[in-house]
Amino acid sequence: MDLELSETELAFQAEARAWLAANVPPEPLPSLDTAEGFELHREWESRLAADRWSVVSWPAEAHGRAASLVEWVVFEEEYYRAGAPLRVSQNGIFLLAPIIFEHGTEEQQARFLPSMATGERVWAQCWSEPEAGSDLASLRSTARRDDDRGGWVLNGQKIWCSRAALAHWGFGLFRSDPEAQKHAGLTYFLFPLDADGVTVRPIAQLDGEAGFAEVFFDDVFVPDADVLGAPGDGWRVAMSTAGNERGLSLRSPGRFTAAADRLLASYAERPDQRVADRVVDAWLRAEAYRLYTWGTVTKLKDGGDIGAAGSVNKVWWSELDIALHETALDLLGPDAELESAWLDGYTFSLSGPIYAGTNEIQRNIIAERILGLPREPKGLQK
Amino acid sequence: MKFELTGDQQDFASSLESLLVASDPVSAARSWAEGDHAAGLKLWQRLAEQGLLMLATEASAVEVALAFEALGRHGVPGPWVESAAYLPTALGREIDGVGTVAVPPLVPYALDADAADEVYATTTDGLLAGSIGALHISVDRTRRLFDVSPDGDRVASGESLDAAFDLAVLACAAQLLGAGERVLADSVTYVKQRKQFGREIGSYQAIKHKLADVRIALDFARPLVFGAAIEPTPRAVSAAKVACSEAAYLASRTGLQVHGAIGYTQEFDLSVWITKIRALVSAWGSPAEHRARILDSLLEA
Repeated sequence: MDLELSETELAFQAEARAWLAANVPPEPLPSLDTAEGFELHREWESRLAADRWSVVSWPAEAHGRAASLVEWVVFEEEYYRAGAPLRVSQNGIFLLAPIIFEHGTEEQQARFLPSMATGERVWAQCWSEPEAGSDLASLRSTARRDDDRGGWVLNGQKIWCSRAALAHWGFGLFRSDPEAQKHAGLTYFLFPLDADGVTVRPIAQLDGEAGFAEVFFDDVFVPDADVLGAPGDGWRVAMSTAGNERGLSLRSPGRFTAAADRLLASYAERPDQRVADRVVDAWLRAEAYRLYTWGTVTKLKDGGDIGAAGSVNKVWWSELDIALHETALDLLGPDAELESAWLDGYTFSLSGPIYAGTNEIQRNIIAERILGLPREPKGLQK
Repeated sequence: MKFELTGDQQDFASSLESLLVASDPVSAARSWAEGDHAAGLKLWQRLAEQGLLMLATEASAVEVALAFEALGRHGVPGPWVESAAYLPTALGREIDGVGTVAVPPLVPYALDADAADEVYATTTDGLLAGSIGALHISVDRTRRLFDVSPDGDRVASGESLDAAFDLAVLACAAQLLGAGERVLADSVTYVKQRKQFGREIGSYQAIKHKLADVRIALDFARPLVFGAAIEPTPRAVSAAKVACSEAAYLASRTGLQVHGAIGYTQEFDLSVWITKIRALVSAWGSPAEHRARILDSLLEA
C-alpha cells in the first residue's frame, strides 16, 4: 500500500508543470459560453494539442501521450493548480471519445478524434428531452430508417444540451424501433448541429449565459456512417458514457484540491473564525476525494470496474464542489453577491447535483445496487 | 501508486474477522459494562495471541488501522487504543497484558483502569505511572473511565508521546469506521426484513437515500484512514478522525432512525454501537479539537 509516484510519473508531472507554467494565460479567459470566450477556449485547446497536452491519455498517434491513469490524474492536478482554462472540449474528450474508442469503427475514430483533440470541432451532448430527464429511457425522439439514402431520419426535441449553443456537432439517443419499450430500440447518433432540419435555441442559464440549448430535429438525415455502435444498441453504448460522466473522468480531484487551496488562501487573507470549521471541512472533503480517487485508479489499473461506485463518486464531488464555493462566498461577507471567480464557480457548482443523473437517482442506484435494497415498485407506464 | 491493501494485509483482516465473528464480542461487552471482565479478558488474550498488541511496534499503522476497524465493527470492549496504539508507541515496547493511560486535557480519564495491569498518565513532564481514582460513567457503558494520579516514575517523554497520540487518534478513527460499517450493515439487513404498508421499508426512497448517504460518508472516510496510516502526520490523523466521527455518527443516527423504537432499546444490540460511536466521537480529541489542529497545520504550510 503506497501513494508514491514512480520516476516516470514524477518526470511526467515535472514536464506538465513546466509546460503549464510557461503557457497558461495569465488572465482568465472570458466565459466559454460566450461567443468570444468560446473561440479563445478553442484556441487554448489547439495550443494544448500542439504540444500534446489536450488528451494525454489517448494514444500517441491520436494527439495523446498514452498516459496512464495515474499520469492522467497527475496531469489534471497540475492543470487546475496552474489555474488553466476550463475545457471547452470536455463533452467530446471525456464523454464521447471513450465511446468512440470502444464502439466506433476505425473510420469513425480517424474522422472524429483528431478534430476533437485539437478543439477544431466542439461537441455538445444531447441526452434529455422535455419528458425524459431522470427517466432517460423514456425518450421519444425518433429515428426512421431510410434505406434509399442509407441512413436514418431524426425527428423530435432534445433539451439541456450542454455547449450546444456554440458547438459544432452533437451526440444523443433516438428511438429507432417504435415498437420497443424503454431501453430497447434506441440508437446512438452523431450529427452536425448545422445540418438541414436542426434548429438550436440557446437557453440562458442561472448566470445568464447560454451554456445549454434546446435542439429541434425536423427530418434530419444522418448517414449510417454516423451511427455509433449497432442500431438498437444505443442504451448499452450510452451507458458507458454515463459511467464516464459519473465516475472518474469528468471530475478529476485536481479541480477540487486546487479550489481548496484557493479557499485556504482566501481564509489566510481574511480569517474569520466563524467560517473556520467549514473551511476545514471543505478542505477535508477535497482531500478525501483525492485519496478516494487513488483507490479507484488502483482498482481500474488492476482491471477492475467502478460499477455503481461511480454514483458514490458523483454525489460526493458534486456536493463537495458546492461546499467549497459556498464557503468561499461566506468568507467574502457582503461582497459575496458581487461578480467574482468564486461566484462563477458557485453558480456552475449548483448544476452538479442535477446533471449526469440527479443525485437522487444516484442515491437510488447506491441503495439498490450497492446496499442491495429492494427496487421501488414501478410507476404507471404510459 | 497502489492504494489498496496488500494480500497479506487482506489475509490479516480476514483472519481477525473470523476470530471475532466466532467469539461473541457483544456478550463480552455486555458483561464488561457490568464490571465483569472475565469474558472480555479471555477475548483480549485471544486477540493478543493474534498479534494485536505488537502491531504498533512490529507492523505498520496500516495493520493497526485494520485491527481497529475490526474491533469497532465487533464492539470489542477494553482499552485497546491505549494498549495497542498509544502505550507501545510511547514506551517503545509491547504491553504485556492490559495497559491504559490518561492524556489530559484531551483524554482526561484512563479507560478501564480497573482491568489494567499497567496504568499511566501524562503530565507536562512526560508519561508517568499512576494510581487509580474515581470511576466515571460513560454513555457507552462498556467504557469505564477512571481518574488517574500521575504519582509514579516517569517512563517516557518527548516526541514519542506525540507520535503515540497521533497513532491513538488514527486507531480511534478506524474503530469508528468499523462501528459505522457495522451499523450500516445491520440497518440494511433490518430494512430488508421489516415490512410496513405491505412492503419492505427498504424499498422506500426516504429510507434508501438516508442509507445511501451513510454509504457515501463511510466510503470517503476510509481513504482518509488508510492515507493517514501510510503517513500518520498530525494533520492526516486529525482529518481521519473528523471524517470517521462524522460518518459513524451519521450511521448511528440513521441506523437508529430506520430501526425505529426497537433501535432505542438497550436490549437490542444496535445500542452497543450507537452508544460507542457517541463516546468515540469525542474520545482522543473532539471533532472541534481536530478541526483546529487541521486548520493550524494548513495555515502554517
